[in-house]
Amino acid sequence: MKPAHWFAVAVLALIPFALPSQSLVNIAMLTAFSAFLGQCWNISGGFGGLTSFGHSVFFGVGAYTVAILQTRWGINPWLGMPAAFLLGAAVGGAIGAASFRAGLRGSYFALVTLAFSEVFRVLANSLDFTRGGLGINIPLKLSPENFQFADRRATYAVVLVLLAVATLCAASFRRSRFGARLIAVRENEDAAQALGVDLVRTKTAALALSGGLTALGGVVYAQTYLYIDPTIAFGVERSVEMLLVAMIGGAGTVWGPILGGIGLHLIADVSRAWIQTPGFAPMLYGVLLLVIIGVLPQGIAGLMERWRRA
Amino acid sequence: MAEIYAAALLNGLLIGGVYALVALGLTLIYGVLHIVNFAHGSLLMVAMFAAWMLAELGGVDPYLALPLVSALMFAAGWALYRFVIGRVSRGEDRAILLATLGVSVVLDNLALVIFKGDTRQIETPLTFAMWEVGPLLVSVPKVISFAVSILLAALLWAFMARTDTGRAIRAVAREPEGARLMGIRPDRIFALAYGIGIACLGAAACLLLPSFYVSPHVGNVFVLVAFTIVVLGGMGSFPGAVVGGLLIGVTESLGGLLLGESLGPIGISLVFIAVLLLRPTGLFGAAR
Repeated sequence: MKPAHWFAVAVLALIPFALPSQSLVNIAMLTAFSAFLGQCWNISGGFGGLTSFGHSVFFGVGAYTVAILQTRWGINPWLGMPAAFLLGAAVGGAIGAASFRAGLRGSYFALVTLAFSEVFRVLANSLDFTRGGLGINIPLKLSPENFQFADRRATYAVVLVLLAVATLCAASFRRSRFGARLIAVRENEDAAQALGVDLVRTKTAALALSGGLTALGGVVYAQTYLYIDPTIAFGVERSVEMLLVAMIGGAGTVWGPILGGIGLHLIADVSRAWIQTPGFAPMLYGVLLLVIIGVLPQGIAGLMERWRRA
Repeated sequence: MAEIYAAALLNGLLIGGVYALVALGLTLIYGVLHIVNFAHGSLLMVAMFAAWMLAELGGVDPYLALPLVSALMFAAGWALYRFVIGRVSRGEDRAILLATLGVSVVLDNLALVIFKGDTRQIETPLTFAMWEVGPLLVSVPKVISFAVSILLAALLWAFMARTDTGRAIRAVAREPEGARLMGIRPDRIFALAYGIGIACLGAAACLLLPSFYVSPHVGNVFVLVAFTIVVLGGMGSFPGAVVGGLLIGVTESLGGLLLGESLGPIGISLVFIAVLLLRPTGLFGAAR
């Protein structure tokens, strides 16, 4: 990426602020939101090769943290944000430490993350503390101090900042020692260990970072829709969407999740105009995932790289 | 009081029989292909819709449809491995896992497009039939599903132990290179084993249908249950799948009774996590 490219990306990201209608801004916001969550998955799943089927656990922890803090104790949601980050990172660290110490890898790790998200879903569904299956309504109090925006452009701005932070984290992996260790572990655990890389620590740190960032996505969701329930928070659909965005865009690449988010939302919006049956767009995502695994392991980002070289 | 527990125990054992059949397919696929078939639940959903359509449109009783649905699912599984999963994944562990996830996303949403999100049920003459066993009432379709599941598990075991094809499958599972030198073609055996694993789902679907609902999301109900059984019993172990199926059936049933309907399902996920973290080889698995 040359400076000119960064500049072009920045200009593209700013266009939605000039869009004439709230519904168009909303589409841009949702696209950036998907890209952000995909980037969070990519940090552990792409760069670290830790295929997770249960990232909704972090999303849900963030959403419930901010919702419970403000409805039970009247704590401002802006303060809920760091709390959500820390809790998300703690849950990621705990799941990571337990799984990696037990030596779980690959498919087993994917399944255990799914089971953890299911445990959290069932707990949220049955505890009074989380108001069970009723979910939590956050009272409407539109004001920036209260993290509730009447203008979608403000929400878009917040999501854009989060996306930029997550993307900078991903980009730093190319330069930083931590990134080098993480990629080494992904490529060959035995070789990395022989070079003195602490496998459990490296993988756990990646999952904690990813978990903390994902929890921030949950905060934004809760503050935008002002409602959260166990299935929205911890459902497997969220985990699969995060994985799809990262995989289709290009797992382990810096720009992949952004391309993936744009690609999936284009498919969703175009196909909705054409066929309105629920399930049609997600079905196409699944087909696209199979195509990507089969012919383009680096996703859309890999395809663009190929064009550039050709 | 004791009767409630006895009823829950019996109910759990009976449903555990069908769970065992579902898990048997999964453990066979794992044992031979060494892949985690995440599409297992979705393929069970497909089989249930196939049986449901035969019953609803053709008026065929699910029990009579069992051989046909199993054969159809065998063909579907064989083709799915031959043309999609085997081809897309190029033998990489992560690619195979994601390919089976992709298949499950496609199937779940295809079912949603075709059948909408509604849950559907059929009524056969036996749906509400009950037997009185002492003080307990036992649902007849559950007894039938248990008996047929155990019978099919025994048949599958005999097939694997006694026939040449079964020996070839076991040879490929152990030592694909050695089997190749003996003139067995591993790629054919892989597709065959995947097909047999999915055929188990065809049978399970027909046994479940008289007493269970079907919806595009019903696969999600079974996928974690099936993996829990297989991991608990030991990945690739036949007796493990049967014992694990019965144990998980009882766990689910007693969990619902002791913890209540909303907290009850947590038992299965906790068993799954505990086994993976503490004893990944399961009860009957060989050391890794």
